[in-house]
Amino acid sequence: MTARLLEIEDLSVTYRTGEGDVPAVRGVSLTVDRGEIVGVAGESGCGKSTLASTVLRLQPPSAEVSGAVRVLGDDVMTMRWGDLRTLRWAGASIVFQGALHSLNPVHRVGRQIAEPIELHEPDLAEGEVTRRVGDLLEQVGLPAARAAAYPHQLSGGQRQRVMIAMALACKPDLVIADEPTTALDVMVQSQVLDVLSGLVAELGVGMLFISHDLSVLADLCDRIAVMYAGRVVELGAADEVFTRPLHPYAAALSAAFPRIGDPAARYAPAGLGGDPPDLRLLPDGCPFTPRCPRAVEECSHAEPPLATYDAGRQAACIRVGQA
Amino acid sequence: MSAAEQSPVRVTARQLARQRRRAAWADGWREFRTRRAGMAGLVVMLAFVALAILAPVIADPEGLEVTKATGGVLEPPSGEFWLGTDDKGRSVLTLLIWGTRVSLLVGLLATVLCMVIGTLIGLLSGYFGGRTGAILFRFTEWFLVIPFLPLAIVLASVLGPSLLTIAFVIGVTSWPSTALLIRSQTLSIKERAYLERARALGGGRWHQISRHILPNVMPMVFANTTLTVTIAILSETTLSFLGLGDPTRISWGSMLDDAYSVGAITTGSWWFIVPPGLAVVLVVLAFNLVGQALEDVLDPRLRGRK
Repeated sequence: MTARLLEIEDLSVTYRTGEGDVPAVRGVSLTVDRGEIVGVAGESGCGKSTLASTVLRLQPPSAEVSGAVRVLGDDVMTMRWGDLRTLRWAGASIVFQGALHSLNPVHRVGRQIAEPIELHEPDLAEGEVTRRVGDLLEQVGLPAARAAAYPHQLSGGQRQRVMIAMALACKPDLVIADEPTTALDVMVQSQVLDVLSGLVAELGVGMLFISHDLSVLADLCDRIAVMYAGRVVELGAADEVFTRPLHPYAAALSAAFPRIGDPAARYAPAGLGGDPPDLRLLPDGCPFTPRCPRAVEECSHAEPPLATYDAGRQAACIRVGQA
Repeated sequence: MSAAEQSPVRVTARQLARQRRRAAWADGWREFRTRRAGMAGLVVMLAFVALAILAPVIADPEGLEVTKATGGVLEPPSGEFWLGTDDKGRSVLTLLIWGTRVSLLVGLLATVLCMVIGTLIGLLSGYFGGRTGAILFRFTEWFLVIPFLPLAIVLASVLGPSLLTIAFVIGVTSWPSTALLIRSQTLSIKERAYLERARALGGGRWHQISRHILPNVMPMVFANTTLTVTIAILSETTLSFLGLGDPTRISWGSMLDDAYSVGAITTGSWWFIVPPGLAVVLVVLAFNLVGQALEDVLDPRLRGRK
């Protein structure tokens, strides 16, 4: 049996803070295969970014992790430091959110794209590195000469493309995109998404794509996991989750985006009242109960497990299938 | 976007880099020139540097030797001796010019040492939190609270009087303030997102420090250097005045020491005291002015203030 590209198994991440423990991720299981884009959706504070950083063991030292993260069969959590450094970027890379802050203002972008190449292939000749940086820039639709620019000389979309070029520099098998299109306007966002999906198709990498925007995920991804309060509450094929969500939270997320051609939705995109729960004070039952339009008394008794429904879809709600 | 970047037959990356570096220097220089105080400081500074370099040309080194002194004892300024003579009949002007050499040399050596130690310890104590950082920080604080003069006197007398000793003593006693400055800057840069990115790239600690943190603290190091020079020169004068300098070499401090011990104040021989004192004040002032102007130029946030 060949190992899967990324296999997250029953992963929990708890931040130990002065005001108590914050369980940011609670028992998440997820897989990503080659050539597949898996989306992770959810509101702020539901554990998406923690999940992303834990894949490369980049979580802050105050975080306590249980469960397993395997990249190509190797457990990231127990890996030796040298192996981990090799895995970082050569095996799996990250497109960070906020490209302006992730680029060092005092270096030219070409030098920063070359950074992972120099770290992982130190024997490569300088000319070869320069050529590769040029190729990478052209791959993401920027002229190779832009390598000489400083980050502040590029627009937001260009910077984000530099980050993508950097993520591809060492030909990784897995790319983790942590809200790569946040803070970009829609036109630039769509260009960046085109670049990303084109690269996945062309290079056959696997991608874990994190976003709060379900409509983006529905367009781009093969499968979507919807997270709420640190757990996956729904998992399934992307268009199914977006158009026919099972879990009421996924339904609320989906309804929050107006659909083209549907005048009713356009005039009244439905919001969802309230805020995600305080993770330090999670109730016994389903954490979504206080905001759930379909909640019944039973919901507050026990947290429902992720159950499988038809067509490989999974949801964690006792009301699925009920009238 | 400039034409050079766009055209397919473009200049090589190295040429481009060189062009841009030149442009950046030219830009900084233009900015510096608008600061009158900084320019005045620069002129004075360069004048003293020229004096130090050209000392053998301007003033005959034989004038330093007591046996070949031609003047009388403590002669007031005259046509032959513009600044008068000292108690051994040597021209004060000759002494002053040669003293520039020692004072500047010791000042610069001490500064280099101080900057290297301070930057290194500041970087490491800022970057490594936990035990290493705490130990280095306590070490810095420990050096900071030791009174400078007693420590310097003890070190200088233990190590023996020589030019290098003085530079060493000043260097190892004046680095803590630099270290604190670099440490605080490192702490702030450490939290930037591009360091998380560098970690995610698989970059080790050395890579993170040398590639990302050091280039970002460098402007502060440079600006701080010119300010440290002033402290070093003053310290050299102090130590030489206390008789801890190299007795075979003339510096402004040792001139003042001589003047004090022959009682130049009571005899009214102002020409033996004022020139070296004035020289110290001028050099310190010049370096300070240049340092402040440089800080403004290098830190774009301060550029508005003049």
